[in-house]
Amino acid sequence: MIDLSVEFCGVKFQNPIVLASGVLGVTGDSLAGVVRNGAGGATTKSLWPYQHEGHKNPTMFGTEEYFMNAVGIPDAGPEKAREEILRYREKCGAPLIANIVGGKMEDYAEIAAMAAEMKPDVIEVNISCPNVEDELGKPMACSVSKSAEVTRLVKEKVGDIPVTVKLSPNAPDIRAIAESVLDAGADAVTAINTLGPGLAIDIDAGAPILSNRVGGISGPALKPLAVKAVYDIYAARKCPIIGTGGVITGRDAIEMMMAGATLVGVGTAVYYRGQEVFGEIVREMNEWCVENGVSKISSLIGKIHA
Amino acid sequence: MHKLDTRPKMVLIKEVVRENEQVTTLVLDASVGAEPGQFVNVWIPSLNEKPFSVAMDDGKEMRLSVAAVGPFSNALCDKKVGEKIGVRGPFGTKFKFEEGEHLALLAGGYGAAPLYFLASEAAKKGCTVEFIVGARSKGFLLNVEKARELGVNVHVATDDGSEGSKGYNTEVLAKILDEGGIDCVYTVGPEVMMYKAAQMAKEKGVRAQISVERYMKCGMGLCGNCCLDGEGAPTCVKGPVMDLEKVLDSPEFGHYHRDQLGNKHNF
Ligand SMILES: Cc1cc2nc3c(=O)[nH]c(=O)nc-3n(C[C@H](O)[C@H](O)[C@H](O)COP(=O)(O)OP(=O)(O)OC[C@H]3O[C@@H](n4cnc5c(N)ncnc54)[C@H](O)[C@@H]3O)c2cc1C
Ligand SMILES: Cc1cc2nc3c(=O)[nH]c(=O)nc-3n(C[C@H](O)[C@H](O)[C@H](O)COP(=O)(O)O)c2cc1C
Ligand code: FES
Repeated sequence: MIDLSVEFCGVKFQNPIVLASGVLGVTGDSLAGVVRNGAGGATTKSLWPYQHEGHKNPTMFGTEEYFMNAVGIPDAGPEKAREEILRYREKCGAPLIANIVGGKMEDYAEIAAMAAEMKPDVIEVNISCPNVEDELGKPMACSVSKSAEVTRLVKEKVGDIPVTVKLSPNAPDIRAIAESVLDAGADAVTAINTLGPGLAIDIDAGAPILSNRVGGISGPALKPLAVKAVYDIYAARKCPIIGTGGVITGRDAIEMMMAGATLVGVGTAVYYRGQEVFGEIVREMNEWCVENGVSKISSLIGKIHA
Repeated sequence: MHKLDTRPKMVLIKEVVRENEQVTTLVLDASVGAEPGQFVNVWIPSLNEKPFSVAMDDGKEMRLSVAAVGPFSNALCDKKVGEKIGVRGPFGTKFKFEEGEHLALLAGGYGAAPLYFLASEAAKKGCTVEFIVGARSKGFLLNVEKARELGVNVHVATDDGSEGSKGYNTEVLAKILDEGGIDCVYTVGPEVMMYKAAQMAKEKGVRAQISVERYMKCGMGLCGNCCLDGEGAPTCVKGPVMDLEKVLDSPEFGHYHRDQLGNKHNF
C-alpha cells in the first residue's frame, strides 16, 4: 500500500489532488462529486462579499494545446456560499478550500471574515484573476506591497484557519511576490492562476471568440510555467505550495510535487479527461509509486531540490 | 470526453422556416454529427451564446428550432438566409433505444423538435412511435404535420382544445401507458410536465429518458453552472438526456433550478 496522504498547513488530505478554483465548484453537491470521483479535497469557486455578475458567453474554449476562459467569476454572494458549504459538509468529509476574491482591498477583509465563519479547512486568496481587470487588476498580483497588504487584511480576519495566497504567472518576479505574502503571514501559496490574458480571434466571424475579448490561459501549455514557478518558490522558502497549472496526468502531478508542491490543483484537466479525471490521476500516481518503489508520496515533495 | 477543439465554427443559414407563433427553424449548411438528444452552443458574435437542441442532423445539414422567448432567441429567429452563426458541439448525452421497440415520446413547446429527430431515427429502426405533442393552443403546436408524414402515431393535446384533445398531453401519455406495451418514455419540455411523466413512468414500471435543461454556459462540464443537485454532475455532459432513476433521485429535478449566478428558483 502506498501512502498517498499529505499534510498541508496541518490539514490532512487523503491524496494530494485537489480541485482548482472556478471549475465545477458552484454547488456543494458538485464539490462533493469531485471528491467522490477521487480528489483529496476541493476548492470552491471564488467567493465575493456580494453578488457579482459574470461575463456573457462564450466564456471558454479549448484546443489540444491550451484552454482559454473569461468567466468573470459570477457569484450569488455569501448567503448562497454558506448554504453550499454546509451541504458539502453534510455529504463529504474531505478538506474544503474556500477561495475568496474582491474588487477592492476592503472587500478582501469582508469576504475573509465571512468565509472564516463558514469554517473551511483552508482559505485561498485569489489576487490573480486576469479576467476582472477593471476591478482588481494586475497591479495587486504583481505588486509586492499590495499583495502583502491583502494578505495581512485577510489573516487578521480568519483566526487560525490557514491562508494560501494564489499567485499570478503575470508577475515579473513571482518569487518576490511569494516571499512578500509569506512574510505578511500567509501560511502557503498557490501557484499559479491563469496566464495572460490572451486573445483569440475567430477570423470567419471577424470577432474575438470570448465575449470578454481576452481570457486567461490554462491547460497543457501552462504546465512548464507552473512547474517553474513552484520550483522557484520552493527553492526560496520550502513553504507549503498548491501547485496548479496544466496538470492532466498522474505524471504531471508527480512532476509538480518534485518541483515543490504539497498539494496539486487540477482544473482544466476536466476538459481533457472528464470529471473522472481526479481518480484517474490518483491511480496513475499510485502506479508510478509502485513501479518506482516510492512508499510515501510525501517523500516526493521538493525532491528535485535535494 | 469531448472533441479537443471546441472553438465555434461559423456556419451558413440556408433556410429559415417559421414553424408557428413562437418557433422558427434555422437550416444550417453544416453538420456537427449530432444524434437525437444532443445540443449545440449557438453563438451570435458580440451578442451571446446559448444552448439549443439539435432538431435534425443528417450528416450534411442540421436544423435548430428556436422558440423566441428573450433577447438571444429573438435575435436568432430574426436571422436571414445567407447570414452566419457560430456553432459548437455536439454536447451532451443521446436518447437511446433498441430496434423494434415501442416508444412513447412526450413533447411540450420546442421539445417537439428534438423528439421529432428521435422519432425519425427510431422509425428508421423499425420502432413503433407514439408522438404526443402538447401546447397551449393550435398556434403553438410544432412538428405535428411532419410527424404524421413520418407515419408515426401522432397524438395532440391543447390546453384550450383548439386542436386534438382538450387538456394536458400527460393525460394522453397516461392513457397510452395504461394500454401497456410501451418500452420507454422520452420527454422534452417544461420541467413540470417532464416531472409528471417521470413519475407516471415510474409507477408503471416503464423506463424513461428525460431531457434535463439547466442554465448552461460552457457545455463542456467545466463552469459547473448546470450541475444537478444529488450527484452534483454537470447536466451538459451527463445530460441533458438522463434516465428516470437519476432524475427522480435528485432533490432538484421538478422542484428548483439555478440561474446564471447559481441562485435557486422554484418551479
Ligand atoms: C440542453 C438545452 C437544450 C435547449 N434546446 C432548446 C431548443 O431546441 N429550442 C429552444 O428554443 N430553446 C432551447 N433551450 C433553451 C434556450 O437555451 C433558451 O431559451 C435561451 O437560452 C433563451 O435565451 P434568451 O436570451 O432568448 O432569453 P432569456 O430572457 O435570457 O431567458 C429566457 C429563459 O431561458 C432560460 N435560459 C436563458 N439562458 C439560458 C442558458 N444559457 N441555458 C439554459 N437556459 C437558459 C432562462 O432561464 C429563462 O427561463 C435549450 C436549453 C438547454 C439547456
Ligand atoms: C473555467 C475556469 C475558471 C476559473 N475560475 C477561477 C476562479 O474563479 N478563481 C481562481 O482563483 N482561479 C480560477 N481559475 C484558475 C484555475 O483555478 C487554475 O489556477 C488555472 O486554470 C491553472 O490550472 P489548470 O491548468 O489545471 O486549469 C479558473 C480556470 C478555469 C479554466
Ligand atoms: S454548462 Fe458549464 S458545466 Fe455544464
